[in-house]
Amino acid sequence: VITAEQKPIEEIRRMIEPYTRILLIGCGSCVAECAAGGEKETAILASALRMAAKMEGKTSVIHEKTVERQCVKDFILPLDECIDDYEAVLSLGCGAGVQAVAELFSHVPILPALNTEFIGETRDQGYWVENCTGCGDCMLYYFGGICPITRCAKQLLNGACGGSRDGKCEVNPEVPCAWQLIFERLSAFNALDRLEEIYPPKDWSKKQGLGPRKIIREDQQRQEV
Amino acid sequence: MSRLKRILDMGELAVTAECGPPKGADPDAILRKADLLSGKVDAINVTDNQTAIVRMSSLAACSLLLSRGLEPVLQVVVRDRNRIALQSDILGASAIGIKNILCLSGDHQSFGNQPQAMGVFDLDSIQLVQTVKNMRDQGTVLGGESLTKSPQLFIGAAANPFADPLELRVIRLAKKIRAGADFIQTQCVYNLQRFQEWMNMIRGKGLTEQVSILAGVTPLKSAGMARYMRDKVAGMDIPDEVITRIEGVPKGKQRKEGIQICVETIQRLKEMQGIKGFHVMAIEWEEAVGEIVERAGLLPRPSLNHDQRQFFYVV
Repeated sequence: VITAEQKPIEEIRRMIEPYTRILLIGCGSCVAECAAGGEKETAILASALRMAAKMEGKTSVIHEKTVERQCVKDFILPLDECIDDYEAVLSLGCGAGVQAVAELFSHVPILPALNTEFIGETRDQGYWVENCTGCGDCMLYYFGGICPITRCAKQLLNGACGGSRDGKCEVNPEVPCAWQLIFERLSAFNALDRLEEIYPPKDWSKKQGLGPRKIIREDQQRQEV
Repeated sequence: MSRLKRILDMGELAVTAECGPPKGADPDAILRKADLLSGKVDAINVTDNQTAIVRMSSLAACSLLLSRGLEPVLQVVVRDRNRIALQSDILGASAIGIKNILCLSGDHQSFGNQPQAMGVFDLDSIQLVQTVKNMRDQGTVLGGESLTKSPQLFIGAAANPFADPLELRVIRLAKKIRAGADFIQTQCVYNLQRFQEWMNMIRGKGLTEQVSILAGVTPLKSAGMARYMRDKVAGMDIPDEVITRIEGVPKGKQRKEGIQICVETIQRLKEMQGIKGFHVMAIEWEEAVGEIVERAGLLPRPSLNHDQRQFFYVV
């Protein structure tokens, strides 16, 4: 999932301050999974903002709506029917969702209610961990299914550094050293020889070489009828 | 040619020391420290924003040392510069007469006074070693483009025999050697037993024949420093008996005891097969280096005759 956390309510209130008619848009995908911007969280934030407005004696109109996937054009197109009733939209989508809505409805201010964090895994109830950087050239095969670019604090491809102690990372003793994990997994599969290889510098052009990346798949294009 | 390399080539025990640039633009601060080391060691490591604290740049401080006729070892960390900046600094270093480089990953930015900095880590330390080697021996930068003139650098890397897991430490040292390391400076040795275990493993693999191992030592200033290093400094291994020993002497005599422990450590290390020299890191205590190397029987340092490539001792 792409994880996110809600911004502090004061920051959100500062952003919506100039507007009296506001639409909150939640997203039913990743940010619902990480309990930051799903239907429930959108309803809670909307009522908190309504209550705050009331306390200040403001007559704001604050409505909410949750779409299934805010980052997919087909899912946000129907907002066209109601969006002009509002002066601003407060999006509880991830950064991709916010920008998708902004792109489609360029005449309406779209404000972000969340801080987008990382690509990660729901490890337990209320517990998410980062484990993918989206580097564009997956190397998990070489490292026993553990990504050192994301999980080693120094992104070492030829680790571990000298700070690994008792299996923990020097940066945060709560966090396991990614290279200790890699070492243990490769040992278990008798594949320690993979660690003897000198991995060359990463090709970061696959991540940031030509600005924002895009994927265009010929086989996925709309067929003419 | 690197003086450090020539001393090692001649089979002499080499001695290096460490010198940290100041948190300011004062050239005298580094020169004062360097003067204390002059004649006591063969080359002086100049740290690169160690513990991720902003200091005078290592390259500039090395240049100041050169102006005093001293031989620096340029420490370079991959934390703050990408591959473009690193390769550019390597060319510049060689151009101004620096002859030794130590390639490091660097203390993580979260430890220093700029915890909000972006950690670069475009290359890792092993890739940096390989990059310097290719620049020197193939005359190419990363990607294969040719240089008009190759940098001439004696290439060093670090090893921490005390970090875990031990087996990976040996694999990684072998990688550093294959990448092109000519010499290795180790983490400070206090735990001689663990160090011996690591030495036996690397000697068993023939690695001590392929690279010059300089064992790192740091004199303890006080029991408080010993406990701090044990508890707070990443990758440091100080056994309880060392702590107890320094705690056992009155505060006013702890520095003396620290030097004594350091001298004894060097003497024990001298008996270990495969050690080619010592790296004395007297942190903010450069005055101690002269006494340590003298009492450890490492003085006088060989003086090299540049013309005939012979060496004699300065008495």
